[in-house]
Amino acid sequence: MTLSNIQPANNANTDTSLFDRRPLSFDPSLRRNRLNGLLTFISGVFATLAVLPLVLVLVYVLVQGGRLISLRLFTELPPAPGLEGGGFGNAMLGTVLVTLIAALIAIPVGVAGGVYLSEYAGKSWFGQVVSFGNDVLAGVPSIISGVFVYGLIVASRVFFGQSYSAMAGGIALSVLMLPTVIKTTNEGLKLVPNELRLGAYGVGASRYVTITQVVLPAALTPISTGAVLAIARAAGETAPLIFTALFSAFWPEGIFNPIATMSVLIFNFAIMPYPAQNELAWAASFVLVMMILAANLLARWLSRLSKI
Amino acid sequence: MPAHHPMTSDQGLSADALFTLRRRPTSEKLLDLGFRQLTLTLASLVAIVLLAILFTVFQGAREAMASFGLRFLVTSAWDPVNEQYGAFVAIYGTLVSSILSLAIAVPLGVGTAIFITEDLIPSRLRELIGLMVELLAAIPSVVLGLWAIFVMEPAIRPTLELLHQLLGWTPFFASTPQGPGMAPAILILVVMVLPIITAISRDALNQVPIELRQGAYGVGTTRWGAIFAVILPAAISSIIGGVMLALGRAMGETMAVTMIIGNSLNFDLSLLAPGNTIASMLANQFGEADGIQVSALMYAALILMLLTFTVNVLAQWVVRRLSLKY
Repeated sequence: MTLSNIQPANNANTDTSLFDRRPLSFDPSLRRNRLNGLLTFISGVFATLAVLPLVLVLVYVLVQGGRLISLRLFTELPPAPGLEGGGFGNAMLGTVLVTLIAALIAIPVGVAGGVYLSEYAGKSWFGQVVSFGNDVLAGVPSIISGVFVYGLIVASRVFFGQSYSAMAGGIALSVLMLPTVIKTTNEGLKLVPNELRLGAYGVGASRYVTITQVVLPAALTPISTGAVLAIARAAGETAPLIFTALFSAFWPEGIFNPIATMSVLIFNFAIMPYPAQNELAWAASFVLVMMILAANLLARWLSRLSKI
Repeated sequence: MPAHHPMTSDQGLSADALFTLRRRPTSEKLLDLGFRQLTLTLASLVAIVLLAILFTVFQGAREAMASFGLRFLVTSAWDPVNEQYGAFVAIYGTLVSSILSLAIAVPLGVGTAIFITEDLIPSRLRELIGLMVELLAAIPSVVLGLWAIFVMEPAIRPTLELLHQLLGWTPFFASTPQGPGMAPAILILVVMVLPIITAISRDALNQVPIELRQGAYGVGTTRWGAIFAVILPAAISSIIGGVMLALGRAMGETMAVTMIIGNSLNFDLSLLAPGNTIASMLANQFGEADGIQVSALMYAALILMLLTFTVNVLAQWVVRRLSLKY
């Protein structure tokens, strides 16, 4: 490739100097330099193309959704197909509820799992099994988690004979959150310097006290960053909810009944042939995207706070 | 925090000892052991959930496996009336859409990663592009689907029509584009996997030791000579691992694809015609299915799981095996 440009230097030894007397100044007209510039240009074009979808999606969501925002969207129920007006107050409440259920399951379990992997497992075979299983679980498509919860909870009606429910949706989302929380906790704890643990043992603290009072607080920022990111991702998930939490045109009736969520509302209303529903889908996208982007920026801000 | 000071310990303090060893109380030992067992139990939940997913899906699929066997993989009948099911259209669609989308996304993603890791533009701008790509990953798939239906698909339709006019003689562009189809689905998948490829490639390129670059520049190569001959080979294992992860993600991606692929049950080689994937078939039919259709869908879900599992395990293997030691 470009190494061939070195060849003339060896052949030019007949001259008195050891090296070819090439000018050391930069000559943009050389073939290698032109190629260099061309490749830089191409990579710049690629980077622009990569950023373009985000800009376009954001612009459309802001313009199409933002202009529709009004107070009634948050206080009213969705309209029946073909009717105008209405809002998605029930879906906002539902998203908050379902995501909360998922977070209440996934964060304690995930943090404990991460603590086990980082503090107890070491290189044991069981730790490696859990670690491998976690990577596999992270790669399981989100729709599969919906199929799983459908088979486990919805079809078997384990919750008081109820089939579709907010609880089932929350459990499906928690399956998706779990690997993220475990991974970020594990990585956050590994960043805690070992001297802190040794110091705690040195002053006579037990393992439990060391972990809960010294190690976990030191890794609080990376762990909470991971938790916020996992929640943000879960709030936007649709696939695990469409046949677990289903949808409801009414206000939430407890966690053992079907419930509306923002993401399922967007899906249902986007594929309806009615402009009023399509507009609600855009407005709901605007609210959902704002919530998720805010959570992501919060997570980035949190990670800057890290003291480790 | 219990501050047990060794000097004030109340057990067996002899007169001339500077320190005494305090025996740990049983309650403390129990607490220690209990906490360990608690974290161990919760950690093993990961493995249990994974096995439970496999078991539930397998159990659900058994009826369909018994009646359709391996024929399910190669036949394309999806007929609830006569209870005949074959997932060939969906399996073909899953593979074609994910592989073609990666063929577009890999050069774009790796190119972007190079652009924001090499010292080509001011670091402010580099960070901004990196942030924007990360935020793109945070946009929910269903919002991208909405955008694809109302903005992207109408915008690219003239281009697709041009493709049909120019290349309509090949079977791959034989049909006229009429809204939802395989081609828009591939493009929206590109948007979805691009952040993964870019982020992993960027991290991989950032980890290449500075000495390798300096060595390359020292022997007189140009910047892109160094990138192609030294830096990319040094980072290639992580990049390939990231590409495989993206492939797994593309195969399992559901919402945006469901909304734009057209969910056709008929086989068509043309990329401009509506298609289907396993994930979008599940999203579309699971809610209303009953009887052996549920079982057939579970069977398809099992196939999807095995596909993504294989790809993800291969990804981990590649990262471990191919990584250069430097």
